[in-house]
Amino acid sequence: MDPLNTLDIQNLRLRLPNTARPVLAGINLTIRARETVALVGESGSGKTLTARSVLRLLPPGAETEGTVRVNGEDVLAMAPDQLRRLRAGTAAMIFQDPRAAINPLRRVGDFLTEGVRLGGGIRAAEATARAERMLTAVGLTSAALRQYPGELSGGMLQRVMIAAALMGDPKLLLADEPTTALDVTTQAEVVALLGDVRDRFGTGLLFVTHDLGLAAAISDRVYVMYAGLIAETGPADELFAHPRHPYTAALLNSTPRLDSTNKRLAAIDGQPPGLQVQLSGCPFAARCLYATDLCTEQTPTQLPVANNTKHLVACHHTDKWESKVVHV
Amino acid sequence: MSETVLEVSALHKAFRTVHAVDNVSFTLAAGGSLGIVGESGSGKTTTARIIVGLEHPDSGQVQIHNRASTSTKRSIRTDRLRRAREVQMVFQDPYLSLDPRITVGAALREPLALHFPKTDRPARVAELLDQVGLGEHLANSLPRQLSGGQRQRVAIARALAVEPAVLVLDEAVAALDVSVQAQILNLLADIRDRTNISYLFITHDLGVVRCVTDDVIVMRRGKIVESGPTTQVLANPQHPYTNLLMDSIPRPGWDPRRLSNSPSR
Repeated sequence: MDPLNTLDIQNLRLRLPNTARPVLAGINLTIRARETVALVGESGSGKTLTARSVLRLLPPGAETEGTVRVNGEDVLAMAPDQLRRLRAGTAAMIFQDPRAAINPLRRVGDFLTEGVRLGGGIRAAEATARAERMLTAVGLTSAALRQYPGELSGGMLQRVMIAAALMGDPKLLLADEPTTALDVTTQAEVVALLGDVRDRFGTGLLFVTHDLGLAAAISDRVYVMYAGLIAETGPADELFAHPRHPYTAALLNSTPRLDSTNKRLAAIDGQPPGLQVQLSGCPFAARCLYATDLCTEQTPTQLPVANNTKHLVACHHTDKWESKVVHV
Repeated sequence: MSETVLEVSALHKAFRTVHAVDNVSFTLAAGGSLGIVGESGSGKTTTARIIVGLEHPDSGQVQIHNRASTSTKRSIRTDRLRRAREVQMVFQDPYLSLDPRITVGAALREPLALHFPKTDRPARVAELLDQVGLGEHLANSLPRQLSGGQRQRVAIARALAVEPAVLVLDEAVAALDVSVQAQILNLLADIRDRTNISYLFITHDLGVVRCVTDDVIVMRRGKIVESGPTTQVLANPQHPYTNLLMDSIPRPGWDPRRLSNSPSR
């Protein structure tokens, strides 16, 4: 294990009751301080569960294997009080829908200070002063302390959620589709803010999204997930320009882009496999244009692309096809 | 220039003090595809709902085939039925727009029974399912047995059942995963190629607009701020708000921090 990693997930497997296959089938993922890492995938790929497992926020009956280390400590083996400290301070999560994540009957100020006051040792006045500083950091004023969530717009409320996440002085921010519910112009503001926060507080940032374009634009490295496995990972610009997994290429090609002239999109036939389907071999084989018998028999392992250990791809045929991205 | 199928003139609609739709006029040609782009609060959905007849405008007119079909008063039943035959709508969330207790087949038979009592329903249901790329065997399925993409195909089939002149799609692909979204966008393009149907595409996504529309209208706070052929508007946007929308789309090398300081917002 690299001691520099803020987050280090090794071979994480997660199984839910009454399912035919594991939801997560061996995830490896690392984040360093000040690094933005995007986790991209479609619904059901397991990206949200991967993020939630970092705080051990798992569904009832979930069985896990592997390790999830935050600042060197394994979250999956933590005692309850350790886990509470982790959730209150070291790692914080920002959810997709800010309105669903805040109590509408309490003022924003109470919401912001609740965590640190319960965590102990800090006086009310001190907590309020800290809340004021955090609100300023996210571009709001201390007037918001006295307001109710219903008085704020979606974009402002997501800023409050980011301020709340910063209250415990986290080393790691987990953002699960934090801009999906927002308008495009508001999305740009919130993304800019997350970048500022990362630079200013030196946190690692895990950005979970279904939007490959957004992932490529804001992150240092990208992980692409499919059916509980990492299909491909690498530096954002490289992965975007030269995808080496057919799924990554297909995702890029099926996104309606502004800077293309193609009217017709290269859709991926079929749909992702459900949790009741037993998988053997490569999970993408059924929808893949390049699949052979080998793909349905053997699960591909992650291998470096052209000896670049930063760019890994799990595909048997990655050197047999030309990556064709139809944009530009 | 082909025949105009839909003409909207000087629409106004206020909800208490909010002017949701403020003097909106446009036309849609038969077989054409028009996009309305805007963010929340721009009035794009209210405009769509007025056209379909789910809202009544405070003033202004919606004409279909040169026939006014919106009175400012509540429409009577025959008027309502005629409008439904001419304009159909596909909603954003296929998990909410289908009745969970009604099978796919029954959902498709209902508009047929209402509008074409004499038609051979089983044959037409099979034809509709085929048109949206679903197998006939799905007619007996309940919505919960279908994926999001399949549900949205059913919603499209149900809208096509009455052979409308105009299909209004309100964020109809926004809730779908990109790989499924691409399938639905391609399906819609195929249907427009085969029939003479016109689309009114309500969306916030300029990439979708580029793919499926001929013309586009940009709305902000109830008003049209820019309109024109899609390729022209996207290649050379005139209004600062259109520019802001385009700059807000993430791409490699994108710098949202520069954007949030831009004066046009």
